[in-house]
Amino acid sequence: MSLDDLDRRLLTIIQSSFPIVAEPYKQLAETLGTTESDVIERVQRFKDQGLVRRIGGIFDSRALGYKSTLCAMKAPADKLDLAIEVVNSYPGVTHNYLREHEFNVWFTLITPSPEYMDKVLDEIREKTGCEVHNLPAVRFFKIKVDFKLDKQSPTAAAAAE
Amino acid sequence: MLTETDKKLIRLLQDDLPVVSRPFAALAEQVGLTEEDVIARARRYHEEGQMRRFGVALRHREVGFTANGMGCWDVPEERAEEVGRIMATFPEASHCYQRPRFDGWPYSHFTMIHGESREDCEAVARRISAATGITNYRLLFSTEELKKTSMRYFTEEA
Repeated sequence: MSLDDLDRRLLTIIQSSFPIVAEPYKQLAETLGTTESDVIERVQRFKDQGLVRRIGGIFDSRALGYKSTLCAMKAPADKLDLAIEVVNSYPGVTHNYLREHEFNVWFTLITPSPEYMDKVLDEIREKTGCEVHNLPAVRFFKIKVDFKLDKQSPTAAAAAE
Repeated sequence: MLTETDKKLIRLLQDDLPVVSRPFAALAEQVGLTEEDVIARARRYHEEGQMRRFGVALRHREVGFTANGMGCWDVPEERAEEVGRIMATFPEASHCYQRPRFDGWPYSHFTMIHGESREDCEAVARRISAATGITNYRLLFSTEELKKTSMRYFTEEA
């Protein structure tokens, strides 16, 4: 997908600070020196082309009283498909990656309570017969970084969700 | 303290905002508030920290960040705080956390490292290693994205 300069400037702004005002696209248009309909068309194109997954709020699980964790799972080849299916079936599993290690399935889990978290992990162990380690953070150093898209060569990292 | 109305609004704000001239007016109708009230509440969630940010969620792979390595670092407990802070200063590293070790897993610190290639990520990890003096580490590259969604809070299914 080819992005022009205005696309990149627009994406950089709306990643972290989509304006919370009555007419956000009009305000963005004023910042970028274009028209409201041009901004709306560009944003619609980002969505149609799959570049933008969603426009919305990223909420803080801890501030809302939820618990989050990272889990490491060891799924042997003959159990991998089942493990993926079981893990992905839980709505609180937001990210799941296959990685090159004997602990090969790494997923994040967000739940309303620690009790429910334990219940989900026990269910996953029971249904898959796989080893699962629960690794809740004990210290937080950094949660969020934005992509810098307004430079020629992107060098920065991802926005955490 | 969040009221039932707040929870209802948060359910809508975590959805995909319609791409129309006055998107918050569209939400207001659904939740039974005025457009001004929706905007005021959304700003308050941001100010009070319940909402980390409001904006677009990008598909990383679509914008050139094709490689992502999970950096796993064996940091001595007495240096945990100091090393974590240094790691957090690297713009290529996101989500820097300390987590418990377990049997067969000596690594305590996790940094997601994003780049345009595997070599890119490896170079960043070498720089983090040089800056922190932590030499026992590994980068676990993802071979497949099995799931990636946004969390939905205050839904019935928990």
